Amino acid sequence: MTKLKKTWDRYWYAWVMVIPVVVVLALLVFWPLVQGIWMSFTNINEANQVAEICTKTLGGDTTCAPNPSQWQYVGLGNYVELLTGQVGEFWHQFMITLIWTVTCVFFHYSLGLLLAVTLNRTLKGRGIYRIMLILPWAVPAFVTAFAWRFIFARDAGVVNGIIVALGGQPQDFFANTWSALACVIVVNVWLGVPFMMVALLGGMQSISADLYEAAEMDGANPWQRFWNVTMPGLAPVSASVILLGTIWTFNMFPIIFLITRGGPAGSTDILVTGAYKAAFEGLRNYSLASTYGVVILSILVVYSIGYRFFLRKQGEVW
Amino acid sequence: MTTADIADRPHGAAAAVALIEDDAPFVPVDRAPSGRKRKPLASFGLHAFLALCAFIAVFPVVWVALASFKPKEHIASLNPIDHPTLDNYVALLTTTQFLTWFGNSVVIAAFTMLFGIAMSATAGFAIARYNFPGKRPLMWVFLITQMFPVAILIVPIYAIMSALGLINTPVSLIIAYCATAVPFCTWMLKGYFDTIPKDLDEAASLDGLGPFGTFWRVILPLARPGLAVTAFYTFLTAWGEVAYASAFLNTTDKFTLAYGLQTFIPAPPTLPLWELLTPAAVLITIPAALVFFFAQKHLVAGLTAGGTKG
Repeated sequence: MTKLKKTWDRYWYAWVMVIPVVVVLALLVFWPLVQGIWMSFTNINEANQVAEICTKTLGGDTTCAPNPSQWQYVGLGNYVELLTGQVGEFWHQFMITLIWTVTCVFFHYSLGLLLAVTLNRTLKGRGIYRIMLILPWAVPAFVTAFAWRFIFARDAGVVNGIIVALGGQPQDFFANTWSALACVIVVNVWLGVPFMMVALLGGMQSISADLYEAAEMDGANPWQRFWNVTMPGLAPVSASVILLGTIWTFNMFPIIFLITRGGPAGSTDILVTGAYKAAFEGLRNYSLASTYGVVILSILVVYSIGYRFFLRKQGEVW
Repeated sequence: MTTADIADRPHGAAAAVALIEDDAPFVPVDRAPSGRKRKPLASFGLHAFLALCAFIAVFPVVWVALASFKPKEHIASLNPIDHPTLDNYVALLTTTQFLTWFGNSVVIAAFTMLFGIAMSATAGFAIARYNFPGKRPLMWVFLITQMFPVAILIVPIYAIMSALGLINTPVSLIIAYCATAVPFCTWMLKGYFDTIPKDLDEAASLDGLGPFGTFWRVILPLARPGLAVTAFYTFLTAWGEVAYASAFLNTTDKFTLAYGLQTFIPAPPTLPLWELLTPAAVLITIPAALVFFFAQKHLVAGLTAGGTKG
């Protein structure tokens, strides 16, 4: 007891300072999380969520009777249905999500690195280039989505305008799964490169110039300096931005939701948009959406743990 | 070396600033051996490459802005400037509920920003300065909440809001956005507090200030730039959020911009109302971009700083 009191006397101010955040997280993140996990083990949906069905009688009173088909616990039923493909298109969406995430993060990182290396030198107009290159980050994502939809549009888009001017037929890029997916990937790459570029530039500026001088003394050419000085120096920054970028891209909702709406026929939905549609379109299947949510979260947690484990093996102390 | 170490160094924030302010003292980073000038061809290639990338970065934004000045029947025109007119803007402001949505977005984003900052500032300070039992798990929680897909929280939060009768109110969105903003704000502010020298705390405690006095009188005033940046970033996140807004709102007078604009793209075969979307995009982007360019100096330092250090 005295030990507890001692701990309290020593740390009470720190605890008082973090309490508001802890309360908010408990009420708005962890309580919903627990509820979400619980819902994934039930069959709750829009139709069976109420415990009682109330009807107005002629006299103006309401009488309530227990809902005969109320939601119930179904164990792992939702997971079985989702993962075996009885309900929804999980594996197709999973494949699309993987293509989407891997392609986007690959281009975010490689283009970001290329631009950061290019900008990280004395250069006329460096400031102007940098401001222009950061612009895509400054535009709210939903505006980006509408802007690109306009550019790719069949009726008024500049891409089709150019195709027609060159004598081609106007294309409906969103009518085909792969061209629609290519379009949203282009948009997301455009959107995400500036963050990587700025983060990697920041990392490069913190690499000591002495290292480059030493490498030069040893006769390393620019390519060797890049691989043996810049890349190792960037490793900590790269590790965090790739992890963050992967998680963000995996969960990226607005671009696909607003540009293709998952079309044609749901074939470009990723897991997150699939979950949203399960919850809020058609018959609102809350339990299925929660199941999606738990599966997505599990994938990301496993990925992050694996990622950190992999880095440790590589000798990164992270 | 960990990520946090980079930002922990006092010049971590300065390096991030130097990224943007061209007039800031610029360390020569050209690694070419001193005295050797870049060949003209290499120089041309470099500028050509950067110019192309800059063009790609700017083109969609400029194209939409140019289109917003074209009359409806010429909106598909390939000419950058075609019968320029302000009719689209007039139509947007007078015949649609754009201004209502704009107001709703401002209110929601402003309150999210206020609550987010108020709650996370003290927590960020405690985590940056003190070692206390529960600190490591808390840091982990902040990291893990970054992974939460919108899918797992949106349904339970929707259920809570509807139980409280808050569906289709701005309050429901403010609460939901706070839930996502608070871990992020704490993380960013912790990163900023780390760059303020600890000597100041010691000096303050010698002068007889307690932990709260130090925080309020010494650290907060010094952290004003960091607070401002975190505030603006929270504002922008709420300003552009789509999923919760689309799920929680259901009457047009309550819409935020992110939801309202979707009504300009009716179900096919009706064609999208580009003549309304393009001016709306311009009017939404101008304030967001101004705020962004102010805020982003410190953004990356804050983003990559927190998290990984126990």
